[in-house]
Amino acid sequence: MDWAYIGRVLPLYGKAAWLTFRTGTAGILLAAAVGLLGAAALRWRVPVIRRIVSAYVEVSRNTPLLVQLFFIYYGLPKIGIRTDPEFCGIAGLAFLGGGYMTEAFRSGIEAVDSLQEESALSLGLTQSQAFIHVILPQAAAVSAPAVMANVVFLMKETSVFSAVSLMDLMFTAKDQIGLYYRTAESLLLLVGAYLMILLPLSMLGTFLERRLRHAGSGT
Amino acid sequence: MPEAVLKISHLTKRFDDQTVLDDLSLEVREGETVVIVGPSGCGKSTLLRCVNALEDIQGGEIRIRGEEIRHDGKNLPEMRRKVGMVFQNYELFPHLTVIENILLAPVKAQKRRREEVRAEAMELLERVGLKEKADSLPRQLSGGQKQRVAIVRALCVHPDILLFDEVTAALDPEMVREVLDVIIGLAERGKTMLIVTHEMSFARAVADRIILLSDCRILEESSPEEFFTAPKTEQAKKFLQSFEFRRSR
Repeated sequence: MDWAYIGRVLPLYGKAAWLTFRTGTAGILLAAAVGLLGAAALRWRVPVIRRIVSAYVEVSRNTPLLVQLFFIYYGLPKIGIRTDPEFCGIAGLAFLGGGYMTEAFRSGIEAVDSLQEESALSLGLTQSQAFIHVILPQAAAVSAPAVMANVVFLMKETSVFSAVSLMDLMFTAKDQIGLYYRTAESLLLLVGAYLMILLPLSMLGTFLERRLRHAGSGT
Repeated sequence: MPEAVLKISHLTKRFDDQTVLDDLSLEVREGETVVIVGPSGCGKSTLLRCVNALEDIQGGEIRIRGEEIRHDGKNLPEMRRKVGMVFQNYELFPHLTVIENILLAPVKAQKRRREEVRAEAMELLERVGLKEKADSLPRQLSGGQKQRVAIVRALCVHPDILLFDEVTAALDPEMVREVLDVIIGLAERGKTMLIVTHEMSFARAVADRIILLSDCRILEESSPEEFFTAPKTEQAKKFLQSFEFRRSR
């Protein structure tokens, strides 16, 4: 193991890790927003849109992220939309994650008894007030484990971003191996960098789950 | 005669092909307590749900102080605030404390000042003996306590009429009284109420008028005295007998 080499390239990996973290976080936040809207559309049985959401969930969950990225990276320019790789990565992750997040939120929302909504409506709250103040907080507690599992899963999926020439961790490691044949060092750095991003996320998930279980329902 | 707070005219409610309420008309006047009794599945709860526009209706109309309330109507949240509802299973919001449960609708929906509503809520909580529970979560309360909180929550929206849907049916027997005493207190203070219950002695004590609902319609409407001592219809006699027990030997 060549520690001097590792010390030399560390800043490179730091930059790549920041890119992985940045694009991953942006994609995951967008995915959560998509998921929330999707779940709301399913809950309120919005005509037409509800069908589109169901179809979208199936497509996004049953195609590989790599294929989705190629569609965005090579497909969008064909219809005149020029994009940079970072945008493609984030959009791809949001597309994939949106499907999973829709399912996670949907199952949480379904777990809230419809009488809870009726109770809120009978007090004179509007549909959206009932959703925000009564249904969503209870649904979030139920959805939390699935959502956090999705967050970790999606962060790991960023490793295919290198395929659309985003200089993320995976790209950097492959590049270094190709240039200098430093396979062992490069893989060690790669694993280490991913763990530094993902372990705190997993621990946060476990912590939140425990907190929410205590706050959980019981009318 | 006082003005009609609730006026139901020729109400018809169907679930698919099954008629649950058929051409039903009913008035509840200011300050009056009307109790609805009847066999299970005769549409009592559905009637209350229609009054609160939680159900759509297939015929007739429901008016609160002259204004029509309907499931697909305009200003539905505003109309629903005129009708307070207390549910069989309390339906407190489990993630909110007692006081937050009570403040939610007045503050978020009615845009009233938090401090003002809070003062009112604390006074009502004290009246039902739950002042020290204001910051508890619903799961820390007994069934009877939860139901009293639900009543306070409904009151704080200042409804024109309160609906009670078998509010003691889910309670252990020893907790029934604490809830019913609160409702009797409201009747004494002249609240306008429409109550569905299976507690016959409570019905007799609290009601200004008793209505027997059976087979989708009102079979009998009379004063409690008359209803319990001299029921007019065969069905009423049979219904009342179902609450009596006798050994055959």
